[in-house]
Amino acid sequence: MSLPEKTNKGTPYTPDDLFVPLENSSYNVDHIAKPSVSYWKDAWIRLRQNKLSMAGLIVLILLILMAVFGPIISPYSYDHQVLTNGNQAPSSEHWFGTDNLGRDMFTRTWNGARISLFVGFMAAFIDFIIGVAYGGFSGYKGGRVDNFMMRIIEILYGLPYLLMVILLMVVMGPGLFTIIVALTVTGWVGMARIVRGQVLQLKNSEHVLASRTFGASAGRVIRKNLLPNTMGPIIVQMTLTVPTAIFAEAFLSFLGLGVQAPIASWGVMANDGLSAILSGHWWRLFFPAFFISLTMFAFNVLGDGLQDALDPKLRK
Amino acid sequence: MAKYVANRLFAMLITLWIIVTITFFLMHAIPGSPFNQERNTSEAVQRNLEAHYHLNEPVFVQYFIYLKSLATLDFGPSIKQSSTSVNEMIGRGFPVSAELGMLSLAIAVISGVILGIFAALKHNGTIDYIAMTFAVIGISVPNFIMATLLIQQLAVNWEIFPVATWSSPMHMVLPAVALATGPMAIIARLTRSSMIEVLNQDYILTAKAKGMSTYQIVIKHAMRNALLPVITILGTLVAGVLTGSFVIEKIFAIPGMGKYFINGINDRDYPVIMGTTVFYSAFLIMMLFIVDIAYGILDPRIKLHKRGN
Repeated sequence: MSLPEKTNKGTPYTPDDLFVPLENSSYNVDHIAKPSVSYWKDAWIRLRQNKLSMAGLIVLILLILMAVFGPIISPYSYDHQVLTNGNQAPSSEHWFGTDNLGRDMFTRTWNGARISLFVGFMAAFIDFIIGVAYGGFSGYKGGRVDNFMMRIIEILYGLPYLLMVILLMVVMGPGLFTIIVALTVTGWVGMARIVRGQVLQLKNSEHVLASRTFGASAGRVIRKNLLPNTMGPIIVQMTLTVPTAIFAEAFLSFLGLGVQAPIASWGVMANDGLSAILSGHWWRLFFPAFFISLTMFAFNVLGDGLQDALDPKLRK
Repeated sequence: MAKYVANRLFAMLITLWIIVTITFFLMHAIPGSPFNQERNTSEAVQRNLEAHYHLNEPVFVQYFIYLKSLATLDFGPSIKQSSTSVNEMIGRGFPVSAELGMLSLAIAVISGVILGIFAALKHNGTIDYIAMTFAVIGISVPNFIMATLLIQQLAVNWEIFPVATWSSPMHMVLPAVALATGPMAIIARLTRSSMIEVLNQDYILTAKAKGMSTYQIVIKHAMRNALLPVITILGTLVAGVLTGSFVIEKIFAIPGMGKYFINGINDRDYPVIMGTTVFYSAFLIMMLFIVDIAYGILDPRIKLHKRGN
């Protein structure tokens, strides 16, 4: 780097010929070099650059499509038993083989996808509703209300999650509905904490003050000013809730506390397949196990990517 | 410090009391008594049984009886296996579960940290990608599936390890590894990201400028700071290992506490469910407390009495 020449007095010397008037065209300050990009578009552009996350997204879309159409395109029904056809290896007739009661594994797998994905999405959605309401209110009110509400959260956060879910399942009895209730009763706490933290940070920012000066109600401020700015962390949290819920469902089914026969979730099928693997019927464990893992993988990498993409601090 | 510890101990007691209360009333919200099922007992025997377990008293009286016995660390008798008390079950099962848990936590922490450090040193290199793909897979594959795969390959096909039960060190390998994969992956990811952050700091640059080797920099300077986040999630990981051990113990037929808990659930043996839940919760809360204290001691930037505000 060449430093400007210095005069004897030690002040930097700037030659006079640098002081020339600018051309007129550069006074056009309204001109914007790059089209302005909205937050969501920007996030999408950055997400698209993350190949692993995009793979996760595509896998998820395929899984959802198969969950919707898989049972429809299959000629078999998930609970139709053909006892003479038990434990058939995968073939052109039964793509994923059959289980010990001769039920078609392909149909059962995609039926299981419906159950598992439904549990995952419902748990995330209900967590979202409760968490945003609770966290938003607590953070917005602040002061004593916030203190009290956060005490409750702290206590709930100290409860061992899966242990409480198991207890609730014992009390409420197994079933699809009870699983979702059990998962959300304990699960919303994480979401509430995140929303509260964000709201606390945002509520003293200028745009919120402006809105309040114009007489906006608390509900309006929360809906219009605070929530849209909290959406990033909320979405990331939701993408990570879904695999947790799917895992918890599989875990519960595995302990015999999940959905009941003949309904097949992936967890139930994996539990059934566990004993089958020792007798060589690998496909009975492989397909449910593979798709549980694939779904969790897809959600995890998508969540990671979204975390990076939606973080405004990483914005270039 | 002393004030903080006292405050925390008090909060722990409150949390524990809430857990006990929730558990107790949940268990008593289930209709029917444990005795009106398949057994053909006469009216008188039924009444005597109920009186023996205080089931004829109002719920609130039962609640205080239970609290009183808990205060003396008595978890009460098992209803289905009348010869054993819940205390005996915990006494028999907990050492086994603790052994399994400690072993898998050790595996998870050691291999996770090593994996994370190598990934961070080769940031965006091949080793990084391999390690992180490995980690995401570790997080995605549920431990009961991992356990089955390990049994199928290493025990049944290759016959390196025994299939199940718990008697020799060889028996411990597969369950401990199956239980460790999830936490290991989480630790690896966490170590990697905090290591990358630490490695970019000025004092590391200084150390490099002094001519220290990478090994020395990592061991002497970077690791101390990089491992702090790992310590914070250790409490949560203990919880994960603990609940994970329910299924692992079921799959490998290990006579640990998880077995008693699951059997209690299947038999609807309420004192066993309550006792084990309360014990597990107390254990977990204790672990979280220890982790918090350790964190405060290890990281001088954290002032214990100011936390939580």
